[in-house]
Amino acid sequence: MNKRIVLHIFGKIISTVSLLLLLPIFVAVYYGEYGNNKSLLSFAVVAIGSFILGMIISKIFPAKNRTMFAKEGFFVVTLAWLAVSVIGALPFVISGYIPNFIDAFFETVSGFTTTGASILTDVESLSKSMLFWRSFTHFIGGMGVIVFVMAVIPSVSDRSIHILRAEMPGPTVDKIVPRAKDTAKILYIIYIGLTLLQIALLYFGKVFGVGKMGLYDSVVHSFGTAGTGGFGIKADSLAGYTPYDQWVVGIFMVLFGVNFNVFFLLIIKRTLSAFKSSELWVYLSVIAVSTGLITFNILDMYKTGAKTVRDAFFQVSSIISTTGFSTTDFDLWPTFSKTILLLLMIIGACGGSTAGGIKVSRVILIFKIIKRKLKTLVHPRMVKGITVDKKAVDEETVSSAATYTIIYFLLVVLIVFILGFEKNFDIESNLSATLACFNNIGPGLAKVGPTSSYFGYSYLSKIVLSFAMLLGRLEIFPLLLFFSPSSWRKVS
Amino acid sequence: MKIVVAGYGKVGDIIVADLTFEGHDVTVIDVDSAVLQTATNMYDVICVCGNCGDYDTLCEADVKNADMFVAVTGSDEINMLSCFLAKKLGAQNTIARIRNPEYNNNSQGSSFVRQQLDLSLAINPELMAAQELFNILKLPNAVNIETFAKRKFEMVELLIKPDTLLDGIALLDLRKKISDNFLVCVVMRGNEVYIPDGSFVLKAGDRIGITADPVQMQKVLKKLSILQKQARNVMIIGASRVSYYLSRFLLAAGNSVKIIDIDRKKCDEMSKLLPKANVILGDGADQELLLEEGITIMDAFVALTGIDEENILLSFFASSKELPKVITKVNRAELASMASKLGLDSIISPKKITADIVVRYARALQNSKGSKMETLYKIMDGKAEALEFIVEDSFKFVNIPLKDLNTKKDVIIAGIIRGRKPIIPTGNDVIEPNDRVVVISAGHLIDDLSDIIK
Repeated sequence: MNKRIVLHIFGKIISTVSLLLLLPIFVAVYYGEYGNNKSLLSFAVVAIGSFILGMIISKIFPAKNRTMFAKEGFFVVTLAWLAVSVIGALPFVISGYIPNFIDAFFETVSGFTTTGASILTDVESLSKSMLFWRSFTHFIGGMGVIVFVMAVIPSVSDRSIHILRAEMPGPTVDKIVPRAKDTAKILYIIYIGLTLLQIALLYFGKVFGVGKMGLYDSVVHSFGTAGTGGFGIKADSLAGYTPYDQWVVGIFMVLFGVNFNVFFLLIIKRTLSAFKSSELWVYLSVIAVSTGLITFNILDMYKTGAKTVRDAFFQVSSIISTTGFSTTDFDLWPTFSKTILLLLMIIGACGGSTAGGIKVSRVILIFKIIKRKLKTLVHPRMVKGITVDKKAVDEETVSSAATYTIIYFLLVVLIVFILGFEKNFDIESNLSATLACFNNIGPGLAKVGPTSSYFGYSYLSKIVLSFAMLLGRLEIFPLLLFFSPSSWRKVS
Repeated sequence: MKIVVAGYGKVGDIIVADLTFEGHDVTVIDVDSAVLQTATNMYDVICVCGNCGDYDTLCEADVKNADMFVAVTGSDEINMLSCFLAKKLGAQNTIARIRNPEYNNNSQGSSFVRQQLDLSLAINPELMAAQELFNILKLPNAVNIETFAKRKFEMVELLIKPDTLLDGIALLDLRKKISDNFLVCVVMRGNEVYIPDGSFVLKAGDRIGITADPVQMQKVLKKLSILQKQARNVMIIGASRVSYYLSRFLLAAGNSVKIIDIDRKKCDEMSKLLPKANVILGDGADQELLLEEGITIMDAFVALTGIDEENILLSFFASSKELPKVITKVNRAELASMASKLGLDSIISPKKITADIVVRYARALQNSKGSKMETLYKIMDGKAEALEFIVEDSFKFVNIPLKDLNTKKDVIIAGIIRGRKPIIPTGNDVIEPNDRVVVISAGHLIDDLSDIIK
């Protein structure tokens, strides 16, 4: 393996990411969080420290040989995500808001992986800059730490596609323009554009008297939506905001769960091919049907129909896009509705979006594989390829989608088993906690429901759940390979 | 520039490698999804799987916004069809590889086809390769010969043998010994390429490039006592298209040619096309046969079978019989560099020639505003480039003595051709408008003549 280039890129990633800490520093200065409040100090220390560290690493390991293969891509991504999570956790620890490192690590991993699961029992006690940083990790992690770095620094290797592929979610990763760097740039431009649009809509909502979010609230919530993260700044998440605010956030959660290629095709005016994607239609239909079913199920709990539909839609879009905001305590809903939400957790949104889960495109593939298997059982000699959107899917993609799903469920079982050692948690909490972390959603059911937190879990469980979040965000394989002994052998 | 390359075979691979290295946005089309997978893994390109003669595929590759469309699939007909469609869809320039001699036989026919299809360029790699081979055979001691300005200026690549005049001599001393106008403009030692100055001492094993006009070149080579008579008797293994073109050139120049091939049909065809050539039906890998056909008395041996490995091994056999000149056709770049390390010095690759032409065209397109690039050769195993420019009026550095020009390191002006007169430039010479300027560059990408100035 070309260790030099892995470490070289790794160093560059760390020093670039340290620059992102300048934003919370700016917020801390604006709100005067220095002196007694250690927010500014802790951000500054970490930013300078990690910048220097990154520079040193990339200087010590100059990339002489610029060839890299899939393995190097996996390693860069895993290393970077672990390092970024540690760096991102330090300000919480240094400032004393989350004194325990493991708690801070959990919180930061939850941020970068856009999960939104929190160990904080009282969110509102954090300083404004800390809350900003918490939500900003969602924004960075959503489109990808490394995709961001690739968009800004000059290309290190011709084969950077391997890095892109290791970080981007979805069964297949296609570039939308020939160069990986340009692809990364376009994705980020779309991403930032949509986020700015949402900020504007929320902010002007207040200006025109229909919303309640000031600039700070709008920015923080838009970050949470864009990365499909779900960290709120209020104890009751979005329940306290106006219906207008909730509709805007709800619709944008759906949008950020859409494959970004669709937006790109719309921008270059290939509307027809944009709407040809069956993944998009399945995704939208699932949202519509689930919202309908839940609305009927919870109708008698609410007084007005408008609120019923709004709550049902908001919760559905929040869960399927794996965001995790809430406008009501859905843990109080009937079992039928909760079951639907649990299923939505597993499905997740579209590939190539910022969301987690198995991904709609993979689910479509799995159903086609099952259909094919049933047919070949009846007609053993039948030859049948699998097509999506009238295009043949090669067998490699088909089998890796199937393998992915199998490993996915095996890991879920394993994690639920480890959580089983907890004394104070029932199986419903454990199962939903696992699914909520693995699929990067955040709140689960029962004891980890929208009104409670993950604080009660033991440190072992918190570490396991942190890795569940990383496994979900990086789609299992990079992390699995990184920790498998055979990848570390010289000859493999 | 946006460039679409249709067909990702050996040629496609070299073209894509060169074009991405030069920073173009490349889209690759091929029918085989497996080879496209390797393409995306190795190069920063986007791939479209499909038949490049198909309208939908071309649309998906966004051909209508392409600056250049290059068709290098295995089939001439598909290349022509896809270029035709690409042009109609709106591609700015189209280049097709057309190999079948029937489409190329006389210049009238081929130019008609090119006009009707509105092709910017039709490349016949085999013909190009044959021309290059013919040049080398004219001067067997050279490793390679590149010509500039319609053959008014040449660059000869030589390998310095031990204990010859060139071994261990400083360039300043060399100039004192030989008064003719020539320039040692580039030296390759090991894997490094140098642009030498006067104090540079040549060593055995160096590969050097000498530029001069053809008449002077003959004199210089004579004084260096490395001029050898032209190869009169040539043995060619493999009755391929390259051998056909090469034999045609050789026979027209009055040489004798012996072609050996194992395939009856090919031999029949070749004997009909070239009545004057000796066509032998037999296995070229059979050493007994080669000896029987008099390999030892040949002036030159050219291995042109379709298999790289076979060509390399045959050439080793011929070298062991101490033939004056052995030329090997090797298409795969990795094999070519290995073969040259093992001691085969003259290696040609039709695929690489094709790629060079495409890259040159792309670069010329890109700088269509500045000085016009006429030719581009990749020399010294592709580690350096020889370029020829026509100086336009817009060029800012005219009429300045070269010694006052602040040129980049590793770049040298190797020749100026003014009207019909070639000049080997000294510090006092100047560049004038409408001159042709030959530049050698090791390491810099030169798009425009102005690029040589710091």
